[in-house]
Amino acid sequence: MADPIITARNVNIFYGAAQAIFDVDLDILPNKVTALIGPSGCGKSTFLRAINRMNDLIPICRIEGDLKIAGQDIYSPSVDVVALRAQVGMVFQKPNPFPKSIFENVAYGLKIHKLTSSKTELQDRVEWSLKSAGLWSEVADRLNQPGNSLSGGQQQRLCIARAIAVEPKVILMDEPCSALDPIATAVVEELIDNLRKDYTIVIVTHSMQQAARISQRTAFFHLGTLVEFGDTKTVFTTPADERTQNYITGRIG
Amino acid sequence: MIDFTKKAGFNLIRRHRAERRFQWTGRGAIAISLLFLLFMVGSILRDASGVIRQTQIALVVDLSVENIDPADPASASYGGLVKSSLRNMFPDVTDRKDKKRLYNLASPEASFEIARMVKENPELLGTTQTLWVTASDDLDLYIRGKVDVSLPERQRRISDAQIAWVDVLQSSGNIQRIANWMFLTNGDSREPEIAGILSALVGSAYSLAVCFALAFPIGIGAAIYLEEFAPANRLSDLIEVNINNLAAVPSIVFGLLGLSIFLGYMGLPRSSPLVGGMVLALMTLPTMIIAARASLQSVPPSFREGALALGASPVQAVFHHVFPVALPGMLTGAIIGMAQALGETAPLLMIGMVAFIVDIPDSILEPATALPVQIFLWADSPERAFTEKTAAAIIVLLIFLILMNLIAILLRRKLETRF
Repeated sequence: MADPIITARNVNIFYGAAQAIFDVDLDILPNKVTALIGPSGCGKSTFLRAINRMNDLIPICRIEGDLKIAGQDIYSPSVDVVALRAQVGMVFQKPNPFPKSIFENVAYGLKIHKLTSSKTELQDRVEWSLKSAGLWSEVADRLNQPGNSLSGGQQQRLCIARAIAVEPKVILMDEPCSALDPIATAVVEELIDNLRKDYTIVIVTHSMQQAARISQRTAFFHLGTLVEFGDTKTVFTTPADERTQNYITGRIG
Repeated sequence: MIDFTKKAGFNLIRRHRAERRFQWTGRGAIAISLLFLLFMVGSILRDASGVIRQTQIALVVDLSVENIDPADPASASYGGLVKSSLRNMFPDVTDRKDKKRLYNLASPEASFEIARMVKENPELLGTTQTLWVTASDDLDLYIRGKVDVSLPERQRRISDAQIAWVDVLQSSGNIQRIANWMFLTNGDSREPEIAGILSALVGSAYSLAVCFALAFPIGIGAAIYLEEFAPANRLSDLIEVNINNLAAVPSIVFGLLGLSIFLGYMGLPRSSPLVGGMVLALMTLPTMIIAARASLQSVPPSFREGALALGASPVQAVFHHVFPVALPGMLTGAIIGMAQALGETAPLLMIGMVAFIVDIPDSILEPATALPVQIFLWADSPERAFTEKTAAAIIVLLIFLILMNLIAILLRRKLETRF
């Protein structure tokens, strides 16, 4: 088995005095889809957002423990948050394209990081990103239209294209399909499966079927603790913990 | 048996009645406020209508060489020309007092008007011309029937003799009424018939320009910092509370502040639009900051998060994504703040913009007055004709306020991003 790209050791996260995550140890393997599941309020989104330090935006949020990506402690003072987030992309629950054109949405990350040296290169990268997100054929002739003129599923794939344009190592997805209909969900799920070849994906989902369909590894969170973590098949077929068993059979959650 | 038409149950009769009562109360309230508005605007418009046209009087003026030296036309006594022309029309007036009354039919401005005509048309020199000059305000009021002739002569501004002369002039076609552009092109004057609002308008425009140039960038900068970057602590809370309080401080207090700091301490020129604009900027800053912050708050946090998650720095996230979306709202707030500043009188009185300004100011450093101050000054003048000027100036002020609000609406429509 390959070395883990993300390692969490004794991670505790607090919102003020309330603790949201208790002593989580977790190894995330490269080029795999890791699903974080669990009932609402179990801390899975909090943990996900700790991986690219989006929790920094919440002033009362505090993290303790050891969270490393590719061997580097991402909470060490020498780490530049901007550099971290450029390499750990994120897709949100609700599609949030910028109020700009489709092209500008994808080009934005490339522009601020100065990843392209010419206009044609920029166009090529935008095209490549949209193709990788499976959106190119649908938007190729209307790149100048606003991003929010697309349908919900298209908007979410636009956000994925935007995230992969800067070629991050890891893509975090916070319930990316919860605002989508089943058909759009199927398209995004297929996309996630394709992206696995080039990226490490961590996805929070409420749908156990989705976790079972798209992930190779599953972590079950309950009340802020990591209850069970292992291969998706194992977790779903022979859960070791009773709480996992109860959750995936629908008795709690 | 189910009956959906039955009114008796469920307390329906009372509920419907209460609903109707409330709707009628609302309609009544709107009707009353509309009535007040109509009454106010109507009375102002009625007063202002007198300013639309002005009365002129025809003088036969002898511009011969004896009266005007062609080498130096400016040195001639044009006042004397006006007087002799009036005397020639009514040769039987000999009494000194009566002559003075006769001269009063023409505006004191008439001599300057003739001088201007001669300067602009030198070919008139040496001829005798019939020239139209501005009539006095008393004559104008009489022509428009605003003088109650049934009053005893001593209680009128126009005497029986003057009325007789005017009637003669009118029947001989020597009195005409023309569109009064002077109201828009002249500065203030002691003579109501030639007093205009241009100097006040220009003063207001300069002051507002200074106010906008100062308050908009500072206000928006403060709002962005407070809303997006300031740490949430006691100091930020204190600043926020104080900004909200400042928005409610009477404007005259800002005038006093300007008087002591800008004039007293910094020694900036008194009565100038520069200082006026600075004081107005102080006054509008809180409004602008509050509006800009509200506008920033209304931007969905998802834009900010999306940009940050892509690796944008906080400043990039704000200026690339939050600011453009919030800008129309900020501009609207700014224009509404400016409209408030346009109508402000009290702080300008404090810094001396209440001066009597005839000349149109050329720069923000020259003494000037402002529209609302001009209205205040005219409303204070004893001449009957200034009442009309006051009303007309109010209309001009209202037009500008409506225009500014219109611009605010159009800007918002044009720039607004939908999301």
